[in-house]
Amino acid sequence: MAAPLRDGGSRPMTWDWDWAMEILPGLLTQGLLVTVQATIGGALLAFVLGLFLALLRRSPRPYISRPVGAVAEFIRSTPLLVQLFVLYYVMPDFGVKMTALTTGIIGLGVHYATYTAEVYRAGIDCVPKGQWEAAVALNLPRRWSWFSIILPQAVRRSLPALGNYLVAIFKESPQLSVITVVDVVGLARELGSERFRYLEPMTIAGLFFLLIAIPASILVRRMERRLDT
Amino acid sequence: MTPESQPGTPAEPDPQWMVRFDKVVKTFGDATVLRELDFQVRPGERVTLIGPSGSGKTTILRLLMTLERVTSGTIHIDGECLSHMRRGTRRVPADERHLRRVRKRIGMVFQQFNLFPNMNVLRNITEAPVRALGVPRDQAEDKARELLEMVGLADKALAHPSQLSGGQQQRVAIARALAMEPEVLLLDEVTSALDPELVSGVQCLLRDIAQQGNLTLLCVTHEMNFARDISDRVLMFDHGRILEEGPPDQIFSEPEQQRTREFLQAVLDV
Amino acid sequence: MVTVNPCSAELPGTLGETMPFLCEGAVVTLQSAAGGSVLALVLALVVGLTATSRFRGARAVARVYMEFFRGTSVLVQLFWLFYAMPILTGFQLDTLFAGILALGLNLGAYGSEVVRGAVQAVPAGQREAAIALNLSPYQRMRRVILPQAFVEMVPPMNNLLIELLKSTSLLSVITVTDLAYQGRLLVNSGSDQLVVFALLLVIYFLLSYLITLLMRYVEGRAARLVGRGKPRRTPWRRRSATAGAGR
Repeated sequence: MAAPLRDGGSRPMTWDWDWAMEILPGLLTQGLLVTVQATIGGALLAFVLGLFLALLRRSPRPYISRPVGAVAEFIRSTPLLVQLFVLYYVMPDFGVKMTALTTGIIGLGVHYATYTAEVYRAGIDCVPKGQWEAAVALNLPRRWSWFSIILPQAVRRSLPALGNYLVAIFKESPQLSVITVVDVVGLARELGSERFRYLEPMTIAGLFFLLIAIPASILVRRMERRLDT
Repeated sequence: MTPESQPGTPAEPDPQWMVRFDKVVKTFGDATVLRELDFQVRPGERVTLIGPSGSGKTTILRLLMTLERVTSGTIHIDGECLSHMRRGTRRVPADERHLRRVRKRIGMVFQQFNLFPNMNVLRNITEAPVRALGVPRDQAEDKARELLEMVGLADKALAHPSQLSGGQQQRVAIARALAMEPEVLLLDEVTSALDPELVSGVQCLLRDIAQQGNLTLLCVTHEMNFARDISDRVLMFDHGRILEEGPPDQIFSEPEQQRTREFLQAVLDV
Repeated sequence: MVTVNPCSAELPGTLGETMPFLCEGAVVTLQSAAGGSVLALVLALVVGLTATSRFRGARAVARVYMEFFRGTSVLVQLFWLFYAMPILTGFQLDTLFAGILALGLNLGAYGSEVVRGAVQAVPAGQREAAIALNLSPYQRMRRVILPQAFVEMVPPMNNLLIELLKSTSLLSVITVTDLAYQGRLLVNSGSDQLVVFALLLVIYFLLSYLITLLMRYVEGRAARLVGRGKPRRTPWRRRSATAGAGR
């Protein structure tokens, strides 16, 4: 299962500090910038689209709620990577031309919208039934009840879970490197292939993710606890 | 079906009855909560519904508020049918528009207050007049402050519901219901969720409200003294039927039915 | 009814041209998913229980593993295991082995959190009752706590296993010849890309559905084991009786 490297022999190579310092600034600025763009773009799309999905799935008309539910289920059950392929390779055949980054943001956003839709749905289910009843008793218009009473409470309850998905989108954004987006990991792969030595760039890229994702999840957990009390 | 119970008779005011139930049946799954219930309430009358839990009292209020729909039978408010409307010569289930028109006449105060936690007290009270009745916001706010004054919470207009005690929250809920100027007010065990020391304050407030206006009042409660104070008529329910009815003095002092006597005994012992 | 072998090259048009390859890929996808799942479940149980240990040191070790592998994505871990680690250690892992290792380590960290949460959600009274009955710590866990926690674990584990199946597609990036790899290969060699990608998505969906069916069966068994009926599904389809409230 494991074979000694041909060139390195059995003697392990060690960490090359000089090269690590040389590539660090590029990864930190150029690479991380693209990762952050992809994360924020994807998350915004996922948060907005997810809310629409959740509302459409609550539609009293089955010819709206059923197909929306089925499509969301399908997207959630298939790999983001293959969805990215579809967007990147197939869409241009239909005359839709976008940059790789835009394609990636749409892929991330649509994929995670099916997850955030579940979050909103749970948030909406959490709003006590009495709130609806009070809205009916006060004769408030149905649509207005949604926007001024139910959704503000539901979204507030959804915030920690949405925070988790923001972190998840950040962590999954390296998949965009497969469709040629040069994010942190994409750049690390490029740098690695130049010298055929991946240790330093990949380790630095991995550390970036750890250093950002772990504190972010701790923050989200704290938010969760604060909202519980 | 008798001619006068024809549902959906266009809003021809019924001078005699404000609320009229005709052969109302309500089932939840296998459980029958109301069995062919008939009863009427006169305009301005104050009626209290008592009876063991599960006897269908609260369901009556929820049906009136259109929170539930009847399984069969009809309910009229001031001559207007709640559940059905007339389209041409046909009788069709009520649509949202019809429901919203009928609901204008009815207000409700809930056991659990159901204040909107994402709005302050003032907004809780003004939201419905502004959005449902189209009252200008400043006018609605003046009215809301008046009502807050009346319920003794003038200084809490900008407070958040979670900062108030249960009793204060329920006063706000009462003000909120009154802001809609309903003709019929439904009170669903409004003091059951309150700490004992807060009960009497809310009861006093409701007594004042009951005695001032020409509001038609339907009240479900387990507080027999409160029932005696505010009602013209008491209905004793059991198993989805009216067991007996009469003025409070008669029901509480000399009930005719053995079942009523047992119930009162049990409630007063607690 | 005529039965058709979906992997046959005799199928008409693009199907016959692509399905044999996709089926080969599906087998590899299933192998990586199965390998990854076994590793992930074992790690989840061991680390998850360690995370509920009385010993601070043991808890800390479990915590570090969980945070570390949840802090980056499968893809990054995969790249590191496959491309970076050999330089440090001098050993090059086989592609499928590296893939299964990365999947198992990553999803195992999420699974540990599920196990930990489920064990801690068992009411304290159950543990106290087991102590009062003089059961050993092992018996308490094995006979009292775990069976109850198990029911709670199944639905989130179902989700995790589907995530794991989806993540297997990433192994194509280090040239494991799974579904996604075969699909790209077919597209590069000129097959109709719309058909190939549609088939890919459908096959992945069917595999996910298979996992869900399997886990539902497990869930039913687990629920009966602790004398509960099958837990209710989400309240989504239950329409409220509230008339005109629109929910």
